[in-house]
Amino acid sequence: MEKWYLMAIVVLLGLTVRWTVSLNSYSGAGKPPMFGDYEAQRHWQEITFNLPVKQWYFNSSDNNLQYWGLDYPPLTAYHSLLCAYVAKFINPDWIALHSSRGYESQAHKLFMRTTVLIADLLIYIPAVVLYCCCLKEISTKKKIAHALCILLYPGLILIDYGHFQYNSVSLGFALWGVLGVSYDWDLLGSLAFCLAINYKQMELYHSLPFFCFLLGKCFKKGLKGKGFVLLIKLACTVVASFILCWLPFFTEREQTQQVLRRLFPVDRGLFEDKVANIWCSFSIFLKIKDILPYHIQIIISFCFTFLSLLPACIKLTLQPSPKGFRFTLVSCALSFFLFSYQVHEKSILLVSLPVCLVLSEIPFMSTWFLLVSTFSMLPLLLKDELLMPSVVTTMAFFIACAISFSIFEKTSEEELQLKSFSISVRKYLPCFTFFPRIIQYLFLISVITMVLLTLTTITLEPPQKLPDLFSVLICFVSCLNFLFFLVYFNIIIMWDSKNGRNQKKIN
Amino acid sequence: MAALGIATGGRNWFSALALGVTLLKCLLIPTYHSTDFEVHRNWLAITHSLPVSQWYYEATSEWTLDYPPFFAWFEYALSHIAKYFDQEMLNVHNLNYSSSRTLLFQRFSVILTDELFVYAVHECCKCIDGKKAGKELTEKPKFILSVLLLWNFGLLIVDHIHFQYNGFLFGLMLLSIARLFQTTPNERVREGTWPFKVPLAVSLLNHRNIISFDPQIPVRWVHPMEQFQLCPSYFPGTDCFPSFCSFIGSFPSLGLELKLLDPNKIPKASMTSGLVQQFQHTVLPSVTPMATLICTLMAILPSVFCLWFKPQGPRGFLRCLILCALSSFLFGWHVHEKAILLAVLPMSLLSVGKAGDASIFLILTTTGHYSLFPLLFTAPELPIKILLMLLFTIYSISSLKTLFRKEKPLFNWMETFYLLGLGPLEVFCEFVFPFTSWKLKYPFIPLLLTSVYCAVGITYAWFKLYVSVLTDPPVRKTKKQ
Repeated sequence: MEKWYLMAIVVLLGLTVRWTVSLNSYSGAGKPPMFGDYEAQRHWQEITFNLPVKQWYFNSSDNNLQYWGLDYPPLTAYHSLLCAYVAKFINPDWIALHSSRGYESQAHKLFMRTTVLIADLLIYIPAVVLYCCCLKEISTKKKIAHALCILLYPGLILIDYGHFQYNSVSLGFALWGVLGVSYDWDLLGSLAFCLAINYKQMELYHSLPFFCFLLGKCFKKGLKGKGFVLLIKLACTVVASFILCWLPFFTEREQTQQVLRRLFPVDRGLFEDKVANIWCSFSIFLKIKDILPYHIQIIISFCFTFLSLLPACIKLTLQPSPKGFRFTLVSCALSFFLFSYQVHEKSILLVSLPVCLVLSEIPFMSTWFLLVSTFSMLPLLLKDELLMPSVVTTMAFFIACAISFSIFEKTSEEELQLKSFSISVRKYLPCFTFFPRIIQYLFLISVITMVLLTLTTITLEPPQKLPDLFSVLICFVSCLNFLFFLVYFNIIIMWDSKNGRNQKKIN
Repeated sequence: MAALGIATGGRNWFSALALGVTLLKCLLIPTYHSTDFEVHRNWLAITHSLPVSQWYYEATSEWTLDYPPFFAWFEYALSHIAKYFDQEMLNVHNLNYSSSRTLLFQRFSVILTDELFVYAVHECCKCIDGKKAGKELTEKPKFILSVLLLWNFGLLIVDHIHFQYNGFLFGLMLLSIARLFQTTPNERVREGTWPFKVPLAVSLLNHRNIISFDPQIPVRWVHPMEQFQLCPSYFPGTDCFPSFCSFIGSFPSLGLELKLLDPNKIPKASMTSGLVQQFQHTVLPSVTPMATLICTLMAILPSVFCLWFKPQGPRGFLRCLILCALSSFLFGWHVHEKAILLAVLPMSLLSVGKAGDASIFLILTTTGHYSLFPLLFTAPELPIKILLMLLFTIYSISSLKTLFRKEKPLFNWMETFYLLGLGPLEVFCEFVFPFTSWKLKYPFIPLLLTSVYCAVGITYAWFKLYVSVLTDPPVRKTKKQ
């Protein structure tokens, strides 16, 4: 593309912000005996390097599952093994069995941060650049602006380069999957998405839209001809990729079962710690965790999740389109986040990624959502002493979006993609013309609440009787915002029609 | 919402650039800082805790106050805010005290005083003629100049990582230049004067031999008061600078290793210097301060005469200023590598005007910035300096190439080759050399190579600029431009 150098500058900016954030503290720094996610990742390098594959997921004297036992699928384990080989080359003490527990040093931190950067550079960032370059019906300037905003999204930067995780790998693979499937490279797309699921099982939040979209494509091509062939090819691709990833664990049934038990810990309850979903917020008023037995909790959560995502998925199967696919990814992931079982606050990133993808279509609402998603992780970020980078990256992201897309000038019905919905509403309420104004006021209230809550959490001490007051308030407010967005995105999906494509060229 | 829309709309790109770079500076807070951090903490303590009469006598710390009074008052003013952050940092006996609040205060003081620099850049942009600009915002000279100044790599890493207050100083300098450009020929001499009286004193802030300027006498040369070491013939991690001196200074080291010199006759101290001390070169004639003064005067005289007898308006003045800065950098006494910024920043103003100036600017700035690399030698800062350098270099070259795309190419093959050579040089110095056996025997090689390579580029830029100043036709006095 012309102006490749501007894209290069955007990538360099993204990398600079990432690396400067990584200079800050990480999860569990200097906090024995358990430390945090950073130590978990180091521990997995230790386990995968020193123990045979068959012992990775099993409790033993060498592998105490209570101390950060592996609970991600095999691809994470292989990645940890790869990093362990490099670690062994630099300093074997970092991964020595047992004796390296709780190892912390400047050099080790540098190594771990570098592994995150390399994974990001190889998988996530190229996917973002390619996605933006392939966007249709927008100018080069907007493509570059879109890439800048996605790369500056604070949530992913703070979790991966601050807290310490490898979300960029699974999200990157998922994005490659979205790219492949949107541009009719269905097999490669499915393969990429299977790799994503096999890296982190939370990517299953995205699996239904992928399934429905591909099924819809097969139906469109005709199940008696090309469609059927495509379906078979896709099935084979998926099965083959799973077999490849799980090969060492398919040898014995016990192995497979144990891995599944580690990936889906149903005994751990409806939710753990504070998370901005329905169950945690509802438990402020009614402690369902204590009232209902486990299996009832699972059934209720299952029902709510599937009821909320079913309409969008059915529509995607019947009318598959790349645009519908993107929005269904958002609404499905959000449904799972709000209603599913054992959701962690970081899972909001699974919703943030598809929202980043629709940034150029609905800039105002997307920016708003992405700000709330970062805010919802504030308790976690404060625990990791990441206040300064959080504030700075959030402000930088907000300014980038505001300037690039002029978001405050894009609040009309048409730009919010609510035109068809408004027309339907006006059939019953003819005077209903103030949609944009309602949304603007809601935005202001939301932002003011978030800023006030942030200031309160930083400056004041919670009352002694309610030590978690501020975290719970943050979760509750975020949950309300997310519910609003769930309704909004579902409206867009259900009221979107082919006529909606008569919008002027977005420029 | 409409008001917010206007505020954040495309019209306010300058604020976005300024805010963006400020946010980046905030992200640089936890990076490595040099001993200059302790220097300034000590001066805060001295000026706050002691009476004025004691300021220049206090010697509990090795970093005694050795800047002129204006800077001492500046530190005094800052100390009154510092006390709300952490009272302990103002204790003279708390050597190397660096609590998190102290760090926060010091870093924020640099970031906030930089706002003067931002204002100065804003004023400089008003002086830029945007007539031949394209329709695109990113192709307008004002936009390009703003980025080149606000996001200047050298200033970012020297002020916000290494730790100094250059932004404040350069803000004053640029403000003076901007005022000079903005006033009419009659007003120029009178009005342009006022911002110079302050820089006259302030200009002694960081550098012992800085050029100060007064429009009544086109260039006035300020002579250093103290005798300091010229440049170490051994290149430790600090204060290695690319200049003519480094070029000749490299010979003793090479001479020793090539067995041209008898190692017994050379005192070991001369090979392990890093502290400020006087010593003599053993092979080549030692350079005295008088010699450097004569060299520098000889170097700047032609440009000064040119300004006197062949005036070229404000642009001519600016070029003369830059030439004086470069000449003193090349030939001066005890020059720090950071002094290259004295030439690079004003040159940015010229770079968006003419293609010839843009070409010189790019060579000067790229090599000048690369010469600052040895300042940051810690591992966590390595990716930052490479990323920021690439960011600035790619932007400056591509934007100026786009601006002057209708004229002849900015670089010839030799210049392109030279600039590209910086890449392999960096790879060798930072990634290959540390793992070779030479590291123990010849640890100075990376610094030597960096110095010499950059010296070539800077000298070439100086020479090219001189040629263009001497050969350009004079400009007739016109109405206010």
